[in-house]
Amino acid sequence: MKRRDFVQLAGLGAGAMMLPTSLMGKSISAEALLTPGMDVAQKKMMADVALNTAKSLGATYADARIGRYLNQYVFTREDKVQNVVNTESFGIGIRVITNGTWGFASTNDVSPDGIKKATNQAVAIAKANSKIQTDPVKLAPVKGKGEVSWKTPIKKDFKDVPISEKVDLLLTANAAAMENGANYVNSALFMVNEQKYFASTDGSYIDQDVHRIWPTFGVTAIGDGKFKTRQAMSAPMGMGYEYMDGLDSEKLAGPEGTGMNLYRQSYDIVEDATLAAKQAKEMLTAKSVDPGKYDLVLEPNHLGLTIHESVGHPLELDRVLGYEANYAGTSFATLDKWKSGDFKYGSDKVNLVADKTQVGSLGAVGYDDEGVACKKWDLVRDGVLVNYQAIRDQVHMIDQNESHGCCYSQSWNDVQFQRMPNVSLEAGKEKYSINDMVKDVEKGIYIAGRGSYSIDQQRYNFQFGGTAFYEIKNGKVEGMLNDVAYQSNTQEFWNSCSKICDKDDYRLFGSFFDGKGQPSQVSAVSHGSSTTRFDGVNVINTGRTI
Amino acid sequence: MAIYSKEQARKIMEKALSFSKADTCEVNLSGSESGNIRYARNTVSTAGYRSNQTLVVQSSFGLKSGTATIDEFDDASLEKVVRRAEELAKLSPENPEFMEPLGPQQYDESKTYIEATANITPEFRAQVAADSINPAAAKDVTAAGFLNDSNGFAAMMNSKGLFAYNKSTNANFTVTMRTNDGTGSGWATRDATDIDKLQASMASKRAIDKALMSRKAQAIEPGKYTVILEPSASEQLLNNMLFSFNARNADEGRSFMSKEGGGTKLGEKIVDERVNIWTDPMNEEVPSAPWNGGGQPLKRMPIVENGVAKNLFYSRYWAKEKGVEAVPFPSNGIMAGGDASLEDMIKDTKRGILVTRLWYIRTVDPQTLLYTGLTRDGTFFIENGKIKYPIKNFRFNESPIIMLNNLETLGQQERVNGNLIPYMKVRDFTFTSLSDAV
Repeated sequence: MKRRDFVQLAGLGAGAMMLPTSLMGKSISAEALLTPGMDVAQKKMMADVALNTAKSLGATYADARIGRYLNQYVFTREDKVQNVVNTESFGIGIRVITNGTWGFASTNDVSPDGIKKATNQAVAIAKANSKIQTDPVKLAPVKGKGEVSWKTPIKKDFKDVPISEKVDLLLTANAAAMENGANYVNSALFMVNEQKYFASTDGSYIDQDVHRIWPTFGVTAIGDGKFKTRQAMSAPMGMGYEYMDGLDSEKLAGPEGTGMNLYRQSYDIVEDATLAAKQAKEMLTAKSVDPGKYDLVLEPNHLGLTIHESVGHPLELDRVLGYEANYAGTSFATLDKWKSGDFKYGSDKVNLVADKTQVGSLGAVGYDDEGVACKKWDLVRDGVLVNYQAIRDQVHMIDQNESHGCCYSQSWNDVQFQRMPNVSLEAGKEKYSINDMVKDVEKGIYIAGRGSYSIDQQRYNFQFGGTAFYEIKNGKVEGMLNDVAYQSNTQEFWNSCSKICDKDDYRLFGSFFDGKGQPSQVSAVSHGSSTTRFDGVNVINTGRTI
Repeated sequence: MAIYSKEQARKIMEKALSFSKADTCEVNLSGSESGNIRYARNTVSTAGYRSNQTLVVQSSFGLKSGTATIDEFDDASLEKVVRRAEELAKLSPENPEFMEPLGPQQYDESKTYIEATANITPEFRAQVAADSINPAAAKDVTAAGFLNDSNGFAAMMNSKGLFAYNKSTNANFTVTMRTNDGTGSGWATRDATDIDKLQASMASKRAIDKALMSRKAQAIEPGKYTVILEPSASEQLLNNMLFSFNARNADEGRSFMSKEGGGTKLGEKIVDERVNIWTDPMNEEVPSAPWNGGGQPLKRMPIVENGVAKNLFYSRYWAKEKGVEAVPFPSNGIMAGGDASLEDMIKDTKRGILVTRLWYIRTVDPQTLLYTGLTRDGTFFIENGKIKYPIKNFRFNESPIIMLNNLETLGQQERVNGNLIPYMKVRDFTFTSLSDAV
């Protein structure tokens, strides 16, 4: 399924998402999702077949990933269930180093014979490619972990919740939107469980059980030949079905004058759909923005995507080095800038951290997909670029000998490579609320939620839209605005960061289907922040007549 | 074995259908083998091989339907998967939009399979990479590229007597060449059904030339410019536009094809009258499957004729609701070109910009089909009929509808991603800011 097919299917037009066929696996019943997979002892035995075969064929390193990927997706529109998808995908991926060259092969035949055949293929590919290899693979050392396990700390497993309950919740949210003036609603629930087992010739046998969830919708209002869609203010999370509980304790009021409610670790989809319908209607007659310079007040569920594109991607070491040159591109954050030790990525207030351990985040796991224990590290400290995101075969290129633990593959049948960890902006240290921030702005725009996003291949020039825009005049929120997009340059933008709300305002944004690599793979990643102010950013008017 | 012959596929599907107890049953069987090589920094980085096969069974009782899949095709597995689809159908809510399977159909003989493409080896892929890396290294350029080839089949059968089968091959190659001083970048893409027509090394040469030509780009002011868009620059914008020719969205008032006050723009002139876009699965250059996953025959069909919207795509359900014939989504797109070569088009340009590629294209406003994105890997200023110098990349904000209304000249066609797209000269293309990216 190509991305646009998926967008069409889900009826959703925005967000960093993509859903490839390889992730879908085979269709099964909801009950079958509850069936336990292969037990750990058997997985160890099968993994050892791969590792021993690889060694006997001359591989100097090998790892095997046995993965069972369970997905449940529910799609609805207005009062109809469009589709309920339950899928399972099970198989093994084997990666080897032979003659200093990587080789990879995978199979869904997880028997000794099937595994031996795939290992042979991986070694044959490595050998064929070693003839043109000029830069032999050099791995940062990893101490074997022995037999260990890790599990996402969930309270409710989505697999235990009946489909009917999920369908009812979406249809209730749809009905709330329709009752409040929406013409159309598309809503969806994405739930993922990765049961993955990793083994390597370093002596690691790691069993992990990873959960993710994403409720979302698009509410459309139509009037006077116009249509406007308000997307959900939810975030995809590394949580169980408890995210859908809609706890009042996890709600935050938006700025005075917006009537918005925003959500931390618990989401109220019915309440959000109700407000979405009202906002979509309001957008139909909202004022078209006057282009010019504005102070932007960016809500975390909006700012997360800006962090993702302008900080997360440019600081991926493989991009910096040129490994992604033919697809996503390279990076402006070159090694000389990092080595200088004084490259001002942002203002002094800007502290950006990479973290694969943050509870509730999409990127949180115990170990990455090459057996490295996960951790937290600085990327930008007091505005200065201090580090990148790197994995075992590349970290030596920045004179470090410990992988950062951010290697990932979307499935057993794709090769693992460097993927973005959660990258987040630290909250302001002084007490400062969203209403304090709005009061201090003379001419500004408050932007909430995800919208259109585009950035160049070296991550200098970007343009972002949003879901809801409010004009701020002399410290007060006025009405909604239309046709807003801001354009800036990454370094200029982060250096214009003048205020960050405190930790009470901190929330996670998430990208459930972030694409990278060839063949393209998706991964899920969160970006935390508090509402943040950027001064004097260029806003364009995107209204056109055709 | 992932690739089954027509008779092998027929036998497996007949067996599966023989187990059905549902009101209707439809099965889709497919398999593919694909291999790839990826290189960067003038050396190979990753490579892989993938093989898979799947049988999808959809069973229905009234308006309730269920789908189940399996990748093993012995009798017991086939019976199991059919039973599972039936159980799922009984448990599922009624879908008021469910359509019964189609009866027998007539399909054209497909041109999508070439044996040579199916026989590509890891050594062949490594050679393609070497033939890209070596000429790059000789010119102080760094190559990063990706070759992916696939060989597959798709077949379907249902309880109403429909049977369809198709085999296909495909190879895709993209390459980015960057000069080692970091100031120049070039890119080329090729795709082919027949590997002998891929000419990957020619693409590599083109990308090297573009990289060398694009060194030390100059900044010019953003604004409205006449542009010559290479086919790979306009393909995605055109594709996005065609994807939005969805009848239901237009009827519901949430499409650029919706008309104020109700109705759609079907039958109206929406772009310059020289614009002709159609689909044709039988085209020799860009063959595609003669049927889709629902078994609907795919035929040559106009989409835009002399600037007029001739067809919107109707699902079978929406066609029934609206009392019209279903119009399947096309499997390829062909836009009529002209005789002018790129050189002719440059020669005829007083002041303009040659664009190799548009990238990171995202919707800004679905109402006007406004997209944003950036130029990349070779953007050049043209003056008095000649390429004068490379220029820095621009961000654009433009709608393909406005773009096709501002058409100046149509040039020769090239295959891009399975579509045939002409070089195009367009006036007043809107660039809104400069990018420092190389």
